[in-house]
Amino acid sequence: MAELLQFVFSGLTVGAIYALVALGFTLIYNASDIINFAQGEFVMLGGMTTVFMALVGVPLPVAALIAIIVTTGVGLALHRFAIEPARGATPVALIMITIGASVFLRGLAQIVFDKRFHSLPSLFGADPIQFGGAAILPQSLVVLAGATVIVVLLWLFVERTLLGKAVIATAANRLAARLVGVDTRRIVDFSFAVSAAVGAIAGILITPITLTSYDAGTLLALKGFAAAMLGGIGNPLGAVVGGLLIGMIEALSAGYLSSSYKDAAAFLIILVVLVAMPQGLFGRVKVERV
Amino acid sequence: MRAVQHFTATAAIGLCAVLGAGLPASAQIKIGTVLSVTGPASFLGDPEKRTLEIYVDEINAKGGVNGEKLQLIVYDDAGNANNARTFATRLVEEDKVVAMVGGSTTGSTLAMIPVFEDANIPFISLAGAIQIIEPVHKWVFKTPHTDKMACEKIFADLKSRNLTSIALISGTDAFGKSMRDQCVAVAPNAGIKIVAEESYGPRDSDMTPQLTKIRNTAGVQAVVNPGFGQGPAIVTRNYRQLGIKLPFYQSHGVASKQFIELAGPAAEGVRLPAAALLIADKLPASDPQKPVVVNYTRTYQEKSGQAVSTFGGHAYDGLMILVQAMQRAKSADKAKVRDEIEKTKGYIGTGGIVNMSPTDHMGLDLSAFHMLEIKGGDWTLVPGT
Repeated sequence: MAELLQFVFSGLTVGAIYALVALGFTLIYNASDIINFAQGEFVMLGGMTTVFMALVGVPLPVAALIAIIVTTGVGLALHRFAIEPARGATPVALIMITIGASVFLRGLAQIVFDKRFHSLPSLFGADPIQFGGAAILPQSLVVLAGATVIVVLLWLFVERTLLGKAVIATAANRLAARLVGVDTRRIVDFSFAVSAAVGAIAGILITPITLTSYDAGTLLALKGFAAAMLGGIGNPLGAVVGGLLIGMIEALSAGYLSSSYKDAAAFLIILVVLVAMPQGLFGRVKVERV
Repeated sequence: MRAVQHFTATAAIGLCAVLGAGLPASAQIKIGTVLSVTGPASFLGDPEKRTLEIYVDEINAKGGVNGEKLQLIVYDDAGNANNARTFATRLVEEDKVVAMVGGSTTGSTLAMIPVFEDANIPFISLAGAIQIIEPVHKWVFKTPHTDKMACEKIFADLKSRNLTSIALISGTDAFGKSMRDQCVAVAPNAGIKIVAEESYGPRDSDMTPQLTKIRNTAGVQAVVNPGFGQGPAIVTRNYRQLGIKLPFYQSHGVASKQFIELAGPAAEGVRLPAAALLIADKLPASDPQKPVVVNYTRTYQEKSGQAVSTFGGHAYDGLMILVQAMQRAKSADKAKVRDEIEKTKGYIGTGGIVNMSPTDHMGLDLSAFHMLEIKGGDWTLVPGT
């Protein structure tokens, strides 16, 4: 029993990380139908900027705040200077641009920061919490709480605010949104900024567990993207459920099957789900009205 | 084009000089290198390149080798073995180097071996795997110790503590896999039994399921973690998180201050084999390697402003073995230099004391490794190793 509980704790830890990264994909996708493959780099920038600000002596909370602001700026710049000038292009071309941006940001981070691994201190210390014979780090709970707060805020934003409605309207039909007075360019701008900020927060919260380096974003983005797809891309709740599911499957298959096949098990289940439900677990089915 | 002045002979020679005007005058010994200066293996190639440049400059400032200046030709393979092979061919055919010191990774080294073997040019590799020198290639040497030696060193230490039944948890990256294979291969000879084996991906962020399984395996007396990069730091943290009390061994792959920083208090009591270079200040004054490693550390840190790594040390050893071979051969003739490299005896380098032979193109023994234990956030030498 203690064994199972330990695997579940591991699944929660890893799953919460994937969920937090997956959340970053939702808003940009909602506003512009683009899957932003530079999302992992936002996560990396959040972690790395905090680490380097802390290294020069800035207090940790301030360093984290600076990291979020810097990353938000990078998100805005990505939209203004790379996505916006190509706005007539197909979504596939725009996705290509985000892949290019991801490679660029990784290279830049290698020069601006360094190539070493870095860590941040945990918010509530490194002593594990013992429960039923299993141990979990307090930081795992912080990541989980962070993901929950972001989901609630995103949900409230999209469902309850005019700006949120405008985001959905922009995604549904850009021309129609403009006709009813939505400044669609500003809306997409805004979605990049918020996604970047969410990515930065994710990076700051997970770095005490995962450690970070200039190239940490690539694999995180891949797992986060898989989580977002599994949950139904564009749905914040789906992102979290997808992330936790993948984390659980990985931990349980590492524990009960073999650690060599844990990634294979996770991706197999993603495949099965997406074949059965192409829109993901919580995704909206797109209905074209004629 | 003033370089043409040097050549007073026929127009044909003049033409050659114009074509080759980008290259300095030919009264130089050309040493080639292909390193992974950028890309995923840049932590190897970057310090190697800096080291070679620092010491080639230093040797030239002192008058060169046998009265001739060294010229270093550097190519960056960016961690790609295909690039490495292309650059190796260019070094042979266009640059016409007399020797090669380089090859940051095992992959790029193995890709380049045929090129230098065919061209009969001495090639001193800076990569780890034992496949580079086993079987022996006539023209190929290497300076770093092998994974196999690290396994043997760990196993020897285990035996001395009467621990014979162990668990392995290894990374699935190239380093982790290669060292795991070597450890599994030498375990029976060392009298060690591997009773549990787990693996993790190089970017995984939680290894508690694997460690839980190891903890629940009966008869495990110690745990060994062949791995590189961030994985071992996370394994070490998870090890303490689960409160496992068994002796824990890391590999030489994480023998850097960074590992202690990343793993934090969890690193306390972890043992690992490491080269003398990392503990230059901890070595007893009687250690023959002490002056070499202290000097290299000082020079490298002064000139590059970075902390030393063993990888730069491998490049230092490669260059010095080559230079000393040229001095003994009193020429830069490829065949004579190769013969002298093979006769290297008692060379005291950063990686250990090198005694090469026609059957051993590395020349290091287990004394090249020191067993360390992390205490109070710093390395300490385990007595008697």
